[in-house]
Amino acid sequence: MMRAVDAIMECLKAEGVDVVFGYPGGANLPTYDAMYDSGIRHILVRHEAGGGHAAEGYAKASGKVGVCFATSGPGATNIVTPLTDAMMDSVPVVFFTGQVRTDLLGTDGFQEADTFGITMPIVKHSFLIRHPTEIPRAVHEAFHIARTGRPGPVLIDMPTDLSKVEIEYEPVGDVRLPGYQPTTEGNSKQIRLAAKALSNARRPVIYAGGGVINADASAELTELVEFDNLPVTCTLMALGAFPATHPQWLGMLGMHGTRAANYAMDEADLIVAVGARFDDRITGKLSEFAPRAKFIHIDIDPAEISKNVPAHIPIVGDAKNILGRLLNEYRALGPDSSRLSEWWERIERWRAQHPLRYEDSEDTEIKPQYLIQALYQATNGDCILSSDIGQHQMWAAQYFHFSKPRRWINSGGLGTMGFGLPAAMGAAVARPDVPSVLISGDGSIQMNIQELATCATYGIPVKVVIMNNGYLGMVRQWQELFWDRRYSAVEMSQWPDFVKLAEAMGCAGVRLEDKTTLVDDLRAAMAIEGPVVIDARVTKEECVYPMIAPGEAARNMVG
Amino acid sequence: MGDPGTKQLVSLEELEAAAGVRTGRKHILSILVENKPGVLTRIAGLFARRGFNIDTLAVGPTDDPAFSRITLTLDGAMHPIDQVTKQLHKLVNVLKIRDLEPAETAAREMALFKIAADGGTRGEVMQVVEIFRGKIIDVTRRALIIEVTGSHDKIEAFERLVRPFGLIEMARTGEIAISRGRGET
Repeated sequence: MMRAVDAIMECLKAEGVDVVFGYPGGANLPTYDAMYDSGIRHILVRHEAGGGHAAEGYAKASGKVGVCFATSGPGATNIVTPLTDAMMDSVPVVFFTGQVRTDLLGTDGFQEADTFGITMPIVKHSFLIRHPTEIPRAVHEAFHIARTGRPGPVLIDMPTDLSKVEIEYEPVGDVRLPGYQPTTEGNSKQIRLAAKALSNARRPVIYAGGGVINADASAELTELVEFDNLPVTCTLMALGAFPATHPQWLGMLGMHGTRAANYAMDEADLIVAVGARFDDRITGKLSEFAPRAKFIHIDIDPAEISKNVPAHIPIVGDAKNILGRLLNEYRALGPDSSRLSEWWERIERWRAQHPLRYEDSEDTEIKPQYLIQALYQATNGDCILSSDIGQHQMWAAQYFHFSKPRRWINSGGLGTMGFGLPAAMGAAVARPDVPSVLISGDGSIQMNIQELATCATYGIPVKVVIMNNGYLGMVRQWQELFWDRRYSAVEMSQWPDFVKLAEAMGCAGVRLEDKTTLVDDLRAAMAIEGPVVIDARVTKEECVYPMIAPGEAARNMVG
Repeated sequence: MGDPGTKQLVSLEELEAAAGVRTGRKHILSILVENKPGVLTRIAGLFARRGFNIDTLAVGPTDDPAFSRITLTLDGAMHPIDQVTKQLHKLVNVLKIRDLEPAETAAREMALFKIAADGGTRGEVMQVVEIFRGKIIDVTRRALIIEVTGSHDKIEAFERLVRPFGLIEMARTGEIAISRGRGET
């Protein structure tokens, strides 16, 4: 016999959990009492949203399930943003929330919120515990659901009285979920059809999404495209799934993607979408998206297939499984890669005519694009780069060359400002062997900046680079381009002083303003032990280009 | 249409056209679910979130106490129905969904009608009830309560006929359905 909360700790250990991010409160006191001597490492964050995003960063960097604890009421409502974020970006995280005693449920008790109801649309699944003996099975089912199929967040809401009951605990060896049977094996006939279509295509493009990283299918993807010299583009979520230094790499596609990638999609006769979902930031004007193309759509989630763009050859299953088998079928057909030489010539022309470019400053001013290039040089690209939301995120996606999966951690679907710092912290905890760097903006960093204190407390050596232009830059850019430069509520003023703030938070603070010494200065700053905040002052009004204006077709990119 | 984020104005007509309900044939979805907390809310929430209008909804136990059957009808072209069933399948507590073909389905609905019928009109109302094989389940001096069971169309037809007598109120269950033949729904 043991308390239900002690059983939870046993379940967590059985699931291989080594660290939990969380915040205690009245309703999850029993859980924290059980954790006290469980041997599981706990990181006390400074805000539950930080805990949720840290668990996401941990999951994205490691490929394991992240875990976050929060109390009832405000603790639970504070994790609504990370839950939604994890849902949009398919991140496996299990959230445990405390709940008021069962006799208080529904009475508007102190710190009561309808967590189960509030979070229902933003979870892959959730459990409301009604009996203590359900708990161990629910925990294992939660982990199973979070990590399998299309990954996603799962929530367990547990009334505090139930968590204290003594139960018989026996390790749970299996999960029984008759309504949850994800298809992982792709259909052989469809795979053969896809191989045939590929070997006949004259203007093919591989469009890889975050699913490739979730499926751990980068090697299979690379092998497949190298076999027949296929051009590859990745979504924002998939950067690193295919090496950006590879000659077959077209760059990112979509709103701020390269012209080569977007034009190739526009003129393609066959597009192979792998673990991607034809988001509106990719397609631009849907009716004019890739008008000449047939689509092969590989995805583990059948609901994504033909949701936005009708697929000619749908293949439901795990990308790793399907890409491996697709290559075998493809090999058997012996395609002649020389049929693509005309296509490659066209792509090379776009590349030569439209490289990513910006006008450098004539004085010592740091251009934001150059800050990313300098950061790439200073780190040799060997780090996990997390990002917040806005212009800095797009420039990082454009100018930082990701060569491995799980080295780029950002909030793609929800676009959550404040995601970056806790995510970088989670990544650093997951992979202490790889430097964890955050690129943020002066706007984003101030949402969840409290986590600097967490980094200092636990000695989590996140190197924070703030691209500081004194503006909410992306909103300013849209006001400049589409709203007659009426800059409404986008100026951030000179406060706070990030260097002093960093010091007050127990971190080192450095200000950089001179581009001529930037690479060395960045190197020196990042060599400081422990968490460091680098306040890099950049050009105030700079726009991210090229750009597909909202509602426009890809071929009409500007800038 | 004016894209969010740009100054381009959106006309009311555009807004309505974008939100317009797709019309197509009626679909009856039979959904077998686990009896777990919040299942109905999850399903209703999914419909609301994806912009689908449920016409009728009936929930009840099955022969196995661990499961319930939800029968819902909705109007839609094939494509969105496909998307709805795929989304429904993602719910962990949903075991089975059948988009029932009308020709291969036995579907019934029950309705209760309270009709103003005094001495003068009562006979005539009773005749209509007779034709529709309805049942009078309550009689007072000035009103009748009538129970009618049948297809959706039959109940609509009955309503049209009795309305002129003074339909005070009506309650309908929504259709329940089961596939014809030996196989399970």
